[in-house]
Amino acid sequence: MSIVFQKTKGLTDAVTHYCPGCTHGIVHRLVGEVLEELGVLGNAVGVAPVGCSVMAYNYFSCDMVQAPHGRAPAVATGLKRAIPENIVFTYQGDGDLAAIGTAETVHAATRGENITIIFINNAIYGMTGGQMAPTTLPGQVTQTTPYGRDVNYSGYPVRVCEMLSTLDGVAYAERVSVNNVKNVNAAKAAIKKGFEMQINKKGFSIIEVLSTCSTNWGMTPVAAMKWLEDNMMPYYPLGVYKDKTKEAE
Amino acid sequence: MAHNILFAGFGGQGVQFAAKVTTYAGMMSGHEVSLLPSYGPEMRGGTSNCAVRIDSKMIASPIVNEPNILMALNQPSYDKFAEKAEAGGYIIYDDSLIKRSDERTDINVFPIPATKLARENGYTGLANMIALGYMAKKTGFLSLEDIKEGLKKAVPASKAALLDKNIEALDLGYNY
Amino acid sequence: MNKVLMKGNEAIAEAAIRAGCMHFFGYPITPQTEVAAYFSKKLPKLGGTFLQAESEVAAINMVLGAASAGVRTMTSSSSPGISLKSEGISYIIGSDLPCLIINVQRGGPGLGGIQPSQSDYWQATKAPGHGDSHLLVYAPESVQEIVEYVFTAFDKAEEYRMPAMLLLDGTLGQMMEPVCFDNIPTPKKNEKPWATNGHKNEREHNIVNSLYLKPEELEVKNFERFERYAKVCENEQRYEEYMTEDAEIIIVAIGIAARVSKSAIDEARAMGIKVGLVRPITVYPFPTKAFDKIKENPNVKNILTVELNMGQMTDDVKLALECKKPVELLRHSGGIVPTPKEVLAKLCELNGGNK
Repeated sequence: MSIVFQKTKGLTDAVTHYCPGCTHGIVHRLVGEVLEELGVLGNAVGVAPVGCSVMAYNYFSCDMVQAPHGRAPAVATGLKRAIPENIVFTYQGDGDLAAIGTAETVHAATRGENITIIFINNAIYGMTGGQMAPTTLPGQVTQTTPYGRDVNYSGYPVRVCEMLSTLDGVAYAERVSVNNVKNVNAAKAAIKKGFEMQINKKGFSIIEVLSTCSTNWGMTPVAAMKWLEDNMMPYYPLGVYKDKTKEAE
Repeated sequence: MAHNILFAGFGGQGVQFAAKVTTYAGMMSGHEVSLLPSYGPEMRGGTSNCAVRIDSKMIASPIVNEPNILMALNQPSYDKFAEKAEAGGYIIYDDSLIKRSDERTDINVFPIPATKLARENGYTGLANMIALGYMAKKTGFLSLEDIKEGLKKAVPASKAALLDKNIEALDLGYNY
Repeated sequence: MNKVLMKGNEAIAEAAIRAGCMHFFGYPITPQTEVAAYFSKKLPKLGGTFLQAESEVAAINMVLGAASAGVRTMTSSSSPGISLKSEGISYIIGSDLPCLIINVQRGGPGLGGIQPSQSDYWQATKAPGHGDSHLLVYAPESVQEIVEYVFTAFDKAEEYRMPAMLLLDGTLGQMMEPVCFDNIPTPKKNEKPWATNGHKNEREHNIVNSLYLKPEELEVKNFERFERYAKVCENEQRYEEYMTEDAEIIIVAIGIAARVSKSAIDEARAMGIKVGLVRPITVYPFPTKAFDKIKENPNVKNILTVELNMGQMTDDVKLALECKKPVELLRHSGGIVPTPKEVLAKLCELNGGNK
């Protein structure tokens, strides 16, 4: 009998608290696998955000720090500057990264801080029960946009990869999705690319992962995947927004 | 012996530097010293002042409310501080820039056209040192040699080339 | 004795570097900006990190990150900036991380002013951030003492795994005094097995965290932390007594207020008034031991607190005295420093109006 699949050493044996159908589990696995495959697990330090993935420190098997809401890029900056030979990454949601932590995100990016950010965009605040996120789509119903997001009132969503790609300090920015097997594989390749950028000291890398929140979207996991494809992917096109290694060629 | 000195003038006139030289001079001649600059927006071209205390005893407070020596290098400084000078104390002021505005008779007032002298003798920007040399002469608070030692310590190594000019300016004021 | 003239702010940075702090994160604010300027000149040449952050909030979180990695690290600010840092400070306390925070106080509340103040006393000693939390807080009075307590603060922060603060005022930050680095201690090398610096596949993963969702776990954690605080209160009180031996009036003051008071005491003594000073050097822990004898001493008639705030420390003095002595307050707020004359006048008044 040959082994066709086994759990990565990048994750602990802790049972996650994520809802059934949540894509955090997939992305955790991808990050764990990449850290293991790159041989940097013993060298990596992750920074957990505030939000649904706040307890990521229990799930990743590398050393972990839990940051105040939105401050993960600043905490990662402090870590990386103190231990530059280690691999430092943050794992953040959309409220954490693109609302309360926008300043920390933008400035870590423009400094070209040599860290990797895994950014989960599911267009909603999950942990607090489904409020409008900076990435909530126009018209999208949430607890705090009960009549749908009115852009004339609440403003427009933030396209993070597009915004950050204008900054010279950013080495790599790619938006991926985990809505099907093909895209999951592509997401893993992107995450690997992001960490390789750091290993090669290229600067700031961010992988934005379009994700679902079936609980707060009020859908079955399958319907949520469909909603992501139909609504999020047109507004947040997948692709590489910045690649310093390509520019150099 | 306690010297409570206030240096005051426009930012850029070298008030802080004169204070630093004086403080070093006090320290190197074996005294207790402190220096407290004013700070904030007035540093940027407005009126700047700096309090220096030199004492044989430990210095409790670095604040000088009533100076027994005042060096005033611009009109607003003179107007503000002359009335606060301690009776029996000294005021050294630059009369090429300042018109005496008080009528006190209980203090020793010594004018010197420091800015004019600096300009005419090739020491532009060193009116502070000219006034300091004159202050040493008129008050005897420290010897000229002490002040020169302080100057040597206060001038950073990167600006050592400026030392001679500063010493000459001190001499010019002392011999005025 | 090799003496140099240094500003308090510069001495902070020089002392910190000599204490092994190679990682500074800050943001400009008057009247402490020389701290950052000094580090920016020195640290890169020594292979350390000076980083001007995008905000006070980011700076304190960079400190959180660097402290997690196990290095000596610090930040510096002034009153409004410390308010911004209070979130990070609470997390650092909750994560049991050592670091040093400098507060060169200016007048408040709000944007307040930029002149010297002690009006963050309550914030520093009672509520540095949300939650049941404390900092070690040192309030030195001279540039030389700043140097000494930078070393102490780093050592003690690591010993007790809690952040330490130097609580200064604008005067101390800005003033220059001779300072000597000849007899500085060797910085302690504390083991940090909890640091998140990569487990090298040789140990369990370390987690630096302040989240405890189960109330029972959080309570245990907080009780454990307060046991440490009790040890701090028992072992780390520092204070100076100045002419208290036969004193009938005792002034209690910190920092620049203590220095002004010493001037007034010298003059009052010359007039025959028996007055002394208790100068807390730690304000958390408040040096209650200094008051054990005073409160029972029948010769002591009056206590006078002198503060650059509306009377924040006076509460702690009354508690330490168990209200057994009358406490009078001489105060200024907004950036005004009391003069020795004012203090002397108050002493004469307390002495029965006899000049």
